Amino acid sequence: MIYRETGQFKTSYAADQQIFPIRQDRIGIAILLAFAFVVVPLTAGNYWFNAILIPFLIFSLAALGLNILTGYAGQLSLGSAAFMAVGAYAAYNFQVRIEGMPVLLSFILAGLTAAGVGILFGLPSLRIKGFYLAVATLAAQFFIVWCLTKFPYLSNYSASGVISVPNVEILGYTFDTPQSRYLLVLSIVSLMALLAKNMVRSSTGRAWMAVRDMDVAAEVIGIRLMRTKLLAFAISSFYCGVAGALYAFCYLGSVEPDGFSLDLSFKILFMIIVGGVGSILGSFLGAAFILLVPIFLDIVLPWLSELLHLPVDSATVSHMQLMVFGELIMFFLIVEPHGLARLWQIGKEKLRLWPFPH
Amino acid sequence: MARKIGEVILDLRHISLSFGGVKALTDISFDVREHEIRAIIGPNGAGKSSMLNVINGVYRPQQGEIIFQGEHRKDMDTHAAAAAGIARTFQNIALFKGMTVLDNLMTGRNLKMRCNFLQHALWWGPAQREELEHRRKVEEIIDFLEIEHIRKTPVGRLPYGLQKRVELGRALAAEPKMLLLDEPMAGMNVEEKQDMCRFILDVNDQFGTTIVLIEHDMGVVMDISDRVVVLDYGRKIADGTPDEVKNDPEVIAAYLGTQH
Repeated sequence: MIYRETGQFKTSYAADQQIFPIRQDRIGIAILLAFAFVVVPLTAGNYWFNAILIPFLIFSLAALGLNILTGYAGQLSLGSAAFMAVGAYAAYNFQVRIEGMPVLLSFILAGLTAAGVGILFGLPSLRIKGFYLAVATLAAQFFIVWCLTKFPYLSNYSASGVISVPNVEILGYTFDTPQSRYLLVLSIVSLMALLAKNMVRSSTGRAWMAVRDMDVAAEVIGIRLMRTKLLAFAISSFYCGVAGALYAFCYLGSVEPDGFSLDLSFKILFMIIVGGVGSILGSFLGAAFILLVPIFLDIVLPWLSELLHLPVDSATVSHMQLMVFGELIMFFLIVEPHGLARLWQIGKEKLRLWPFPH
Repeated sequence: MARKIGEVILDLRHISLSFGGVKALTDISFDVREHEIRAIIGPNGAGKSSMLNVINGVYRPQQGEIIFQGEHRKDMDTHAAAAAGIARTFQNIALFKGMTVLDNLMTGRNLKMRCNFLQHALWWGPAQREELEHRRKVEEIIDFLEIEHIRKTPVGRLPYGLQKRVELGRALAAEPKMLLLDEPMAGMNVEEKQDMCRFILDVNDQFGTTIVLIEHDMGVVMDISDRVVVLDYGRKIADGTPDEVKNDPEVIAAYLGTQH
């Protein structure tokens, strides 16, 4: 009854092309943003910032990057963690080697470096598709991690390639509290999500989806496949690169090449599969699911075992956690192969009609 | 409104196309005049679709010459064909399934859009203005094809007949000079065929679009086309007005077989 668009007439195409055409959605997102920017920093504790919110936002950004490439442009990639590594190490190098480099600029340059590397490893996509392309992007995954370990220059000659980044400082303000880092990450992620949304709803995004859905028809319309695919690789890698820089600068503080392993790439891929392939919202939902459910199970399982008076040791709990997590992923994929974003959409459609069945 | 058939807009000379040892087209020449409806017919496997693919650059013929609007080419490439104003539909619907009808049509105008991805990312300003301007054009086509009610529906959910219509819309969105239709009425019932015929004739009439059409329904072909070219086994066996073609002994032989 509350969520419906009755009476909200669009009298111009501009009004019809808003990101959130329904008023309730606009109010909802405004409340969510206000909550995230004002209420959360005032109330949440350090554990929330460090262990949950900051990684959630950073992985959302990485998932968003992969979603642009895989979900919108249809190019399967297993190299997202490697592009994050490029971002992290590039940002570090720009910071260390150039005196007085503004940190935000080094993030952008890190993104651009990742974009360049992304284009390079995107070249095989011009000839191969699908699973074969995924295997080709594996080359990026292994090669980049190998490179970062092999060439000490890239990690400023630190032992075993570990880099420790300085505190983020913008215009004299040091982001040394979890709270301030959270706000910095939140601002960057919100802004980049908005930019991504704008791209996918304009002809750039339509060209990506056209290539994804039917590349021959796209070509006949006059879309240049090479340019479109490489642009998707570049922008996707840019997003992953910035996520990697944030991962190093605002989350971990020190990273090593092996931290950006194939496992991490798979994790990001699972995020978009569970969250929703080809959906901006899905990137966030997927990141939340993959990151939060294990933490949630960590808390709930011991509590549950106590409640049921079943003596369970901690090893069993961690096994249980993996099992339940795996089953939840399968459950969601069977119930809704298009991910959580589609579930959300279906829920909204139902809500529009409620309480009437039709 | 009397249509005026103009000069030759597309001239195909001695086109031969083969895939390895398989000869798909052998020494085919015919022309298409401006504003006319030109049908290509022939039994299955005659090379009709290959012919369209040669015209818009999906296939490159080994021999021959393509002259479009006075410009001589050895072969087309898809981008050049699209830029020159050739749009097409496919035999098996080739829509962008995950996108809405509106987005499919907007994609049809992709070549006319000038903004780059940075402007798109910023949206407010040139990108939005351009988007609105093209939206207005696309809405005209939506009105024309009477698909207002489904503009926000993902095309994958639409029934077959409507998908065919949306595909025609996507081709029209490019405001083409020449429209290549590959079996636009295949698999349709009588009412849907009538609708499609009406749209094709209206496009030809109102927009002055030249139409090259492959169709198996002889009734439709004989009714709406100005001239017909008949292919069989990759060769041209007849060319002329529907009446001339209908009574051509070689055409009858190709369709009905000959007495030995």
